[in-house]
Amino acid sequence: MMRASTREVRDVHAAMVPRGPMGMRGIIEKPRHARGAIVRLLSYLKPFRGVLALVFLLIVAFTLCGLLGPYLMGVAIDRYIATKDVSGLAGVAALMLGVYVVSNILQAATGWIMARVSQNALKQVRNDLFSHLQSLPLSFFDRNPAGALMSRLTNDVDAVNQAVSQNITSLFGSVLSLFGILVAMFLLDRWLALATLVVVPIMFAFTRFVARYTRKGFRRLQGALSELNSTMEESISGHKVVKAFRRSDAAMESFKKANDDVFRAGVYANTYALLLMPLTGVLGNFFVIVLAGLGGWLALRDLVSVGVIATFIMYGQNFINPLRQLANMYNSIQAALAGAERVFEILDTPAEVDAGADAPPFEEVRGDVRFEHVRFGYQPGVPVIKDMTLAAKRGTTIALVGPTGAGKTTVINLLTRFYEIDEGSISIDDIDIRRVRKADLRRKLGLVLQDTFLFSDTILENIRYGRPDAKDEECMYAARTAEAEHFILQFPQGYHTDLTERAGNLSQGQRQLLAIARAILADPSILILDEATSSVDTRTEARIQKALLRLMAGRTSFVIAHRLSTIRDADQVLVVKDGEIVERGTHYELLERRGFYRHLYESQFKGETI
Amino acid sequence: MGNLRRFSSFVRPYWKQSLASLVLLTCLVAMDLSIPRLIQRIIDHGIYRHDERVIVVTSLIMLAISVVSAVFAVGNNVFSVRVSESVARDLREAIFRHIQSFSYGNLDEQKTGQLMVRLTSDVNALKGLVHISLRIGTRSPLLMIGSLFLMVRTSPGLALSMVPLLLLTSATVGFFATRMEPLFRAVQEKLDRLNNVLQENVAGVQVVKAFVRADHERARFGDANEDLTRRSIRVMEFMSTMGPVLTLLVNAAVVVVVWVGGQRSIRGDLSVGQIVAFTNYLMTTMTPLIMTAMLANTWASAIVSARRVYRVLDTPPEIRDAENAVWLPSSAEGRIVFENVSFHYGGSHDGAVLEDVNLTIEPGQTVAFLGATGAGKTTLVHLIPRFYDVTSGRITIDGIDIRQIRQDSLLSVMAVVPQESILFSGTIRENIRYGKPEADDAETVLAAKAAQAHDFILAFENGYDTHVEERGVNLSGGQKQRIAIARALLARPKILILDDATSSVDVETETKIHDAIAAQHFARTTLIVAQRVSTVLKADKIVILDQGRIAAQGTHRTLIESSSIYREICESQLTGSIPVDDSRGRAPA
Repeated sequence: MMRASTREVRDVHAAMVPRGPMGMRGIIEKPRHARGAIVRLLSYLKPFRGVLALVFLLIVAFTLCGLLGPYLMGVAIDRYIATKDVSGLAGVAALMLGVYVVSNILQAATGWIMARVSQNALKQVRNDLFSHLQSLPLSFFDRNPAGALMSRLTNDVDAVNQAVSQNITSLFGSVLSLFGILVAMFLLDRWLALATLVVVPIMFAFTRFVARYTRKGFRRLQGALSELNSTMEESISGHKVVKAFRRSDAAMESFKKANDDVFRAGVYANTYALLLMPLTGVLGNFFVIVLAGLGGWLALRDLVSVGVIATFIMYGQNFINPLRQLANMYNSIQAALAGAERVFEILDTPAEVDAGADAPPFEEVRGDVRFEHVRFGYQPGVPVIKDMTLAAKRGTTIALVGPTGAGKTTVINLLTRFYEIDEGSISIDDIDIRRVRKADLRRKLGLVLQDTFLFSDTILENIRYGRPDAKDEECMYAARTAEAEHFILQFPQGYHTDLTERAGNLSQGQRQLLAIARAILADPSILILDEATSSVDTRTEARIQKALLRLMAGRTSFVIAHRLSTIRDADQVLVVKDGEIVERGTHYELLERRGFYRHLYESQFKGETI
Repeated sequence: MGNLRRFSSFVRPYWKQSLASLVLLTCLVAMDLSIPRLIQRIIDHGIYRHDERVIVVTSLIMLAISVVSAVFAVGNNVFSVRVSESVARDLREAIFRHIQSFSYGNLDEQKTGQLMVRLTSDVNALKGLVHISLRIGTRSPLLMIGSLFLMVRTSPGLALSMVPLLLLTSATVGFFATRMEPLFRAVQEKLDRLNNVLQENVAGVQVVKAFVRADHERARFGDANEDLTRRSIRVMEFMSTMGPVLTLLVNAAVVVVVWVGGQRSIRGDLSVGQIVAFTNYLMTTMTPLIMTAMLANTWASAIVSARRVYRVLDTPPEIRDAENAVWLPSSAEGRIVFENVSFHYGGSHDGAVLEDVNLTIEPGQTVAFLGATGAGKTTLVHLIPRFYDVTSGRITIDGIDIRQIRQDSLLSVMAVVPQESILFSGTIRENIRYGKPEADDAETVLAAKAAQAHDFILAFENGYDTHVEERGVNLSGGQKQRIAIARALLARPKILILDDATSSVDVETETKIHDAIAAQHFARTTLIVAQRVSTVLKADKIVILDQGRIAAQGTHRTLIESSSIYREICESQLTGSIPVDDSRGRAPA
């Protein structure tokens, strides 16, 4: 009899489902609805309204201070040095120092406050995202493979982090600085100020021109890098096969091609990206030259004083910097908003449908299960379960057998409401499970699947997962009943042994036993078992059998069976083929019938009997 | 540090471009430093001496310098980018090429994930170092030194008064630089932990839902999130303090210039133009100073990366051809003999151990290996293609010790179907032809048919041209295995090794595969590692392994009679007249 793990079934179906926007590769650098994303981002800052107002005032304050400095310098030159007034000079110098000190303290204060605001807002975004993720149906996780989803969740949230923590303050500060400096310059001297303004559009024109090419360049680079990474990863993880089939040269060839692509794309993208700085640098110098030259010419005609020129030059340098920052920020803000958009996409995905407060109570469950003409397909129009009707009395064991893809694993998915049926009904104790709250339903179901998923926590905690309020002794008792204790105690730290990521330090059989212990602790009314047979040695195999028998005693059990002993001992065997139950009865009854079941049974082995 | 020196050998081929880059950079610095001097001239000679010509000429000179600067800067960029990207490309190739030489044992020590990090992040760190060294890394110190020099030349007295502040700034910068790294590292740790919780929830979503643990997980995530937030705030507070402090130092320096310089100017020792120039030089001294401190991190991570990269490059491949290694003659029969073979994995690999194995496999035989997990079956068959070397004893093929045979020659007569079927992205056809790309369609189909894969392949819309996704995600386990089998069969090897290659395939199909292999002579000798007794019933010889030793060998018939272990295995897997652990008390079949 063939096997397929639950995850495999889902993977195969998921691979056939068309990928949504989440599954797309490649970078989207421009947000589709920038305004929408901005508004939503701002909503996370709303709780900090009051503090932000204070921050705004602080920024205004230190920008003003920042403007005072150069101005005072000009005053020093004109008013005190020219007139050789030492005490006056001292006064101005002291004033300058004071202004600078205040300015920097204010700036530091702003930074401290914004640190808290931005990180707390971000914390909320992360919590919202995670919380919502928990409420999404399983089909979402099928459509979005773990790798892509993780990338979205980490990289995109990081982009939001950038936007919220760095760019907002810089944006604020830069715009204010620019504005302030412009005002100050105009107040000082109209003509020099006008000369300054000319720079602005030129700067932005440069930025946009270069940005267009850099965007294109980086997209190409991203693609080349992705290709190279895939090639390398596939080659290295499959190295054993590459070596066994002597294909190292071929592997080297495809690597070199991808590597060269990255080289070319990298040179192109980075050359353009770096173009901006020297260009703006030249612009900055050009600008200072114009100021100095024009200023000098004006000074000769006594239209402006040297002090003002000196001030202007200092302002000029202070002007170019925020301008350059704004230009740089343009791209980074775009990327941040695009990332934010993707985060919001997840937040907007509708949550699982669930019953409300009017759901019937689901505490004392006897375990009578009934399927009535159930019909279901992972994809619309492609039914996996065509018409399934079955009845299981409480405490009985139902074995599901049949070829892979027949629908056995799907039955489990429907009973647990990981997926919702298309037609028909499933009821437990005569209550339609769609009326029951999912949490209540699942608390009464125990799952032991082929692929045991364990968390990176201690063994004890993993067992306790079945019932969080269980005491240590109860967990250990469950482990004992599941025949798991003997191997647990072999570890030096016993129950407190940390399971590494994905429990790499346990064998398949040992993981199964832990899963059984977990299920025993959960004390479900209905048990769902997906038997795994291969890769388990006979000794552990015997233990698993014993443990399972204990687990199944007195509970309604649905078993996707592979062990003959399980099938033989089942109260009812359902033979599933092509989404329908083609035969049902006890093992012996079905053998007598000499139908499909008999054929399956006999192909277990050919020829020899002991 | 030694590793960085070794790394410089990757830069050496591009010395000309690097030199060009640095020369341009030096000119740039010189030009940058000339601007304040020229402004000084405009002020002192032009304005105060009412010489309009000076103003115009100086302005034009500055303009020209500006344009030339831009061109040089672009040139510097072009060269530095080319050099750094070239170095990155070469380094990646060197690492990848070296990995190609690795044996199985090497890969046990250095996993794919780690190696990928070497090829990506670590290469990038070193590329970054090269890039920065050709730009800011050199520019800042040059600018700083140049400015200092010019400051002193403009007014030695004033320069002297700057010394205490400059020293204070250096100390402050150093202080901040050292404090920065551990703070960033702490944030990275917390971020990793948060991502782990996220990862587990995405991968184990079924379990979380089944056990109704969403709230528990939310709390777990919330804790990790809170931790991360706290650390992040601390980092940001640090950065928000560092900036203003350093700015204040620069500002204070300007005030000193105004005060001290102003006094000197009043005394007539210093011109206003000089004061303005001096202020500019001050800026160009302090800003690069701060910039250099930021680069400390780049250096630190580059050193770490260099160490890691060289650890890979310095690892010798475990299995190497002997100096006088021979080729297997094409007439080789393929008689495999294990003589007193013992083996254990080296390093941290926790695998099975073999002890004192003596075994003869005649050409043309089908030999099956049976035993519990960890008994040593896979280990044993991995020794034959020399994926690992024996610890003691020897293995011979046709009497020649396999360590004396060229690896290439040895592998050319064998084909292995591993436990975990690894397929590559490409078409099904390409995957089957992997070992023999020049095979034609007829051969391909023949192999696929024997592997019982032909039918399901044709069931796909694109048949043999169906694209196999990365890792074969769009195929079921059984389908992948059958394609892997077809791949091995296509090579028509002398020795075929099937390592639990049909675990996801049902018994009926498995039997058909074995029959096809035998009937169509796809392989001379077939070695099968199996879990299911049903697989091995027809083997010429069944070898039972228990804890690294051969517990029994023989045919099915002889073993039933002579080996209790074999009987035990059979009973637990097949129907039998002897009942199994039957607590329900039902009558046996």
